[in-house]
Amino acid sequence: MTYHVQINVMPLKDLLDPQGKAVMGGLVNLGIKSVNDIRIGKHITLEIEAESAEAAKQIAETTATKLLANPVMEFFEIEVVG
Amino acid sequence: MKFGVVVFPGSNCDHDMLDALQNDLNKEVRALWHKDKSLDGFTTEDCIVLPGGFSFGDYLRCGAIARFSPMMQSVIEFAAKGGKVLGVCNGFQILCESHLLPGVLTMNAHRQFVCKNNYLKTPGGEPLLIPVAHGDGRFQADEKTLDELEANNQVLFYYCDEQGNVVESANPNGAVRNIAGIRNKEGNVFGMMPHPERAVSATLGNEDGKKVFELLGLL
Amino acid sequence: MEITVQHAQELRLTAEEFELIKQKLGRTPNFTELCIFSAMWSEHCSYKNSIKWLKTLPREGGRMLVAAGEENAGLMDMGGGYGVVFKIESHNHPSAIEPFQGAATGVGGIQRDIFTMGARPIASLNSLRFGNLKDKKTQRLMAGIVHGIGHYGNCFGVPTVAGEVYFEDCYHTNPLVNAMSVGIVDTKRTVSATAEGKGNPIFFVGSATGKDGIGGASFASANITEESTEELPAVQVGDPFQEKKLLEACLEVLKTDAVVGMQDMGAAGIICSTAEMSAKGGVGMHIDLEKVPTRQKNMKAWELLLSESQERMLLVAHKGQESKIIEVFEKWDLPCSEIGYVTDDGQLKFYMNGELEADVPAEELVLGGGAPQYEREYTRPAYLDKISAFDQQSIEDLADNNALKQGAEQLIQLPNIASKRWITVQYDSMVGTANTQTNAPSDAAVVLAKGTGKALAVTTDCNSRYVYADPFVGAEIAVAEAARNIVCSGGEPIGVTNCLNFGNPYDPEVYYQFVKAVQGMGEACRKFNTPVTGGNVSFYNQNPTGPVYPTPTIGMVGILDDINNKMSLDYKKAGDKIYLIGRPKNDIGSSEYLHKLHKVEFSNVPAFDLEEEYNLQQAVAALIKEKLVASAHDISEGGLMITLLEKGFNRNLGFDVSATTDIRQDAFWFGEAQSRVVVSVPAAAAEALEAALKVASVDFSLLGTVTDAAVTVDGHAWGDIREWKEKYDTAIEKMIAEN
Repeated sequence: MTYHVQINVMPLKDLLDPQGKAVMGGLVNLGIKSVNDIRIGKHITLEIEAESAEAAKQIAETTATKLLANPVMEFFEIEVVG
Repeated sequence: MKFGVVVFPGSNCDHDMLDALQNDLNKEVRALWHKDKSLDGFTTEDCIVLPGGFSFGDYLRCGAIARFSPMMQSVIEFAAKGGKVLGVCNGFQILCESHLLPGVLTMNAHRQFVCKNNYLKTPGGEPLLIPVAHGDGRFQADEKTLDELEANNQVLFYYCDEQGNVVESANPNGAVRNIAGIRNKEGNVFGMMPHPERAVSATLGNEDGKKVFELLGLL
Repeated sequence: MEITVQHAQELRLTAEEFELIKQKLGRTPNFTELCIFSAMWSEHCSYKNSIKWLKTLPREGGRMLVAAGEENAGLMDMGGGYGVVFKIESHNHPSAIEPFQGAATGVGGIQRDIFTMGARPIASLNSLRFGNLKDKKTQRLMAGIVHGIGHYGNCFGVPTVAGEVYFEDCYHTNPLVNAMSVGIVDTKRTVSATAEGKGNPIFFVGSATGKDGIGGASFASANITEESTEELPAVQVGDPFQEKKLLEACLEVLKTDAVVGMQDMGAAGIICSTAEMSAKGGVGMHIDLEKVPTRQKNMKAWELLLSESQERMLLVAHKGQESKIIEVFEKWDLPCSEIGYVTDDGQLKFYMNGELEADVPAEELVLGGGAPQYEREYTRPAYLDKISAFDQQSIEDLADNNALKQGAEQLIQLPNIASKRWITVQYDSMVGTANTQTNAPSDAAVVLAKGTGKALAVTTDCNSRYVYADPFVGAEIAVAEAARNIVCSGGEPIGVTNCLNFGNPYDPEVYYQFVKAVQGMGEACRKFNTPVTGGNVSFYNQNPTGPVYPTPTIGMVGILDDINNKMSLDYKKAGDKIYLIGRPKNDIGSSEYLHKLHKVEFSNVPAFDLEEEYNLQQAVAALIKEKLVASAHDISEGGLMITLLEKGFNRNLGFDVSATTDIRQDAFWFGEAQSRVVVSVPAAAAEALEAALKVASVDFSLLGTVTDAAVTVDGHAWGDIREWKEKYDTAIEKMIAEN
């Protein structure tokens, strides 16, 4: 069975995110001043062949741990969407 | 012809461009701060240059944030009135993000920054040796746009080998059809990834860049 | 909770040091104060295990404008009212943990050391060492580190103009990343890292502070304060865009004359910069820590003091001039906050919301003040016996010309010798339009110092296998090679910055390497009149299998009063004569040939005599000045043969040469004996060259002639130079692609 899995990889909570900071500056140039914080990560979608949603999640977890995210700097969240 | 060089936070070829125009090409030139808006003193006979570098750190997409600087609003109006605008490297990226030029510059095909001398095929002329230095210099556009660009002679430079052959092995970034630089349909807005300002000095042993400014009608 | 010696030890202070702190304060420190001492008395800030020997280096004289260690970087006189500011620094351990950010922040840190003195950086160099390139881990590390250096340097906008890369097994777990930067300053506009004038305001400028780089202290804190530790990021993230703005803003603010002193925040951030600036000016400071811009909420005093967040500066201004400072940093959209003022009692007083968190005498914290200094024991390492036991008779010489050719083919493709272009094209080497290397390569990078009418020749050098074989002579050679590279490029060597990468200083055999290397370096620097302006020491480059080779990297700067004196390394045209200047020596010790092709781990350091080297350099400098040669390239890794080949690559010119002595073939062509340079000269000018060399009484021999493209050695055809170039250019790329 094919499962669609989404993974969000984000910079660790307390880590500086230079990109987010620079984009904040850009928003000010656009006149948008009500945004308090921006953090930028990656959104990754996978199509996984697995026997169950749980198994698909497991596989996604492995890909994220081993490759998609760098645990020194990033954390990830996995969602099986169907 | 006077020149204005826009300085964005993160521009780092601004000094090189000012230096090249003033000292090597003997032009009148002024630095323009991105937060200012005024282009007073410039007429459509003059040229505004968007220099290379990493405006706003190249974060999000190269050129995406610079596009919204106050000075860019004036540059867009200036271009609409027929004023000459040249974007080099990051400046080219800003021009594409501003829709003053078609297409987009994406990450190099080999996913690495590349800095080296590269030959450029020019309209009718001999190949020129001009430095490239970029991480996101792969020009891309849809087929229709590309055909139009070529049909209207809007492609200014192609990456080529020493003999002038437009071959894949001479393409430093995977740009579609080896395109290194283009102009708009009206012929007043120019964008190119290679850095002509890095090749205008006898002391550095390469003056091919002067011919680039000449070809663009900016000398 | 009462602070005890156990707490001190958790913060890597010794029991004796804890006693010393109590004595200096006249009381037991609180936790914040203990953290302060722990950071300031660390090896990194206090040089406590190395300063005794560093003081034996030539640290003044020549063109030096500030004494070694007095400021963030060395400052030397270029003449004409300009100075050159330069320094090298290691970022080895952070790069081993997170290659990309570790290397990037290393580049960022060294740039701040330069512009905090008011100088604009114009050239970057780096010296990198990795394990075996065939190893996947090495390839990953290298890719990450090179990407990090490029990411930061390219965006910051300073060209990377030179450097060195070596691959040796001993660096497998402990890669070395040494970054150097060189800047130019109007000597009337330099700024000192000092605080003066009671009541003068203190500004914090640059990035907001987060809990970066305080992992060690935070674990200790958990034990002491019995609060649980949060997960702290072990990695500092560099933001080159922020640093570029900081550079421009700092140079702009210095033009206002509102600045008393400025220092960047590197290791031990706020505490180190406040302590060093206060101690230097003989003053104290009142700091309100809650005014420091923060990235995270609820940061504690000790976290703010120790944080190593990047892209920050401490600035002392003249009272009444505050608005000028604020205006510039606002223009560049950089945080700028007045966090305190200068006092006259020598005490650093840190307050948090009105509460006094720490009260320590600045002078007691710093090197040259109260920080401890140790003499460590050292003993001659046992492995040196194996080195003395080596006899090159045990290695059979090359049988014939065919074996010689095969040897050359293997050597030219060794990663230590082959082109590093896979790495160097990832660095912007041309931004600033001042690097003359692009179109005319030379042994040292020659960079125009725009506005001064002069140029600088810069290089980093250290063959650590030589230092391993003989720490004293190996370090002498590192200095000599740096000077030789500058001389061969037409420059006059003026000063040195060093990066001393060693293992654990508490190991007496490692410390022996350190002591001898510093002594050898001092000897050579005195001979070449190149004082050591500063640098850094990196100990503990060691893992359970042992320490890295002792690696005292030399960064050297030379000056060209006239850019027309620049000499490039490549053959200029067919028919030119090729000369070897210096004596061929029957020596293959520590060569790439012996180590890599014969796999000999222990062998003698290459033949070297300081006096002979000095005379050679004087002679070559004179030849270049008199315009008697068309190219000059020194002999280093791979020996004479590699030098001859490298000279041909730029213009695709070959050579026809023959051995001029009957010493071992491998020693003649591949030996790495020092003090030799290969030059080329138009045939018509050969007589004048020979006459000049006779007057200089330097050994020389005619090797042969430059050809259109054919390579011929001892009468045997070796193919086209382009085939050799192809091998040289692509060797590293192929090794990476194979995996």
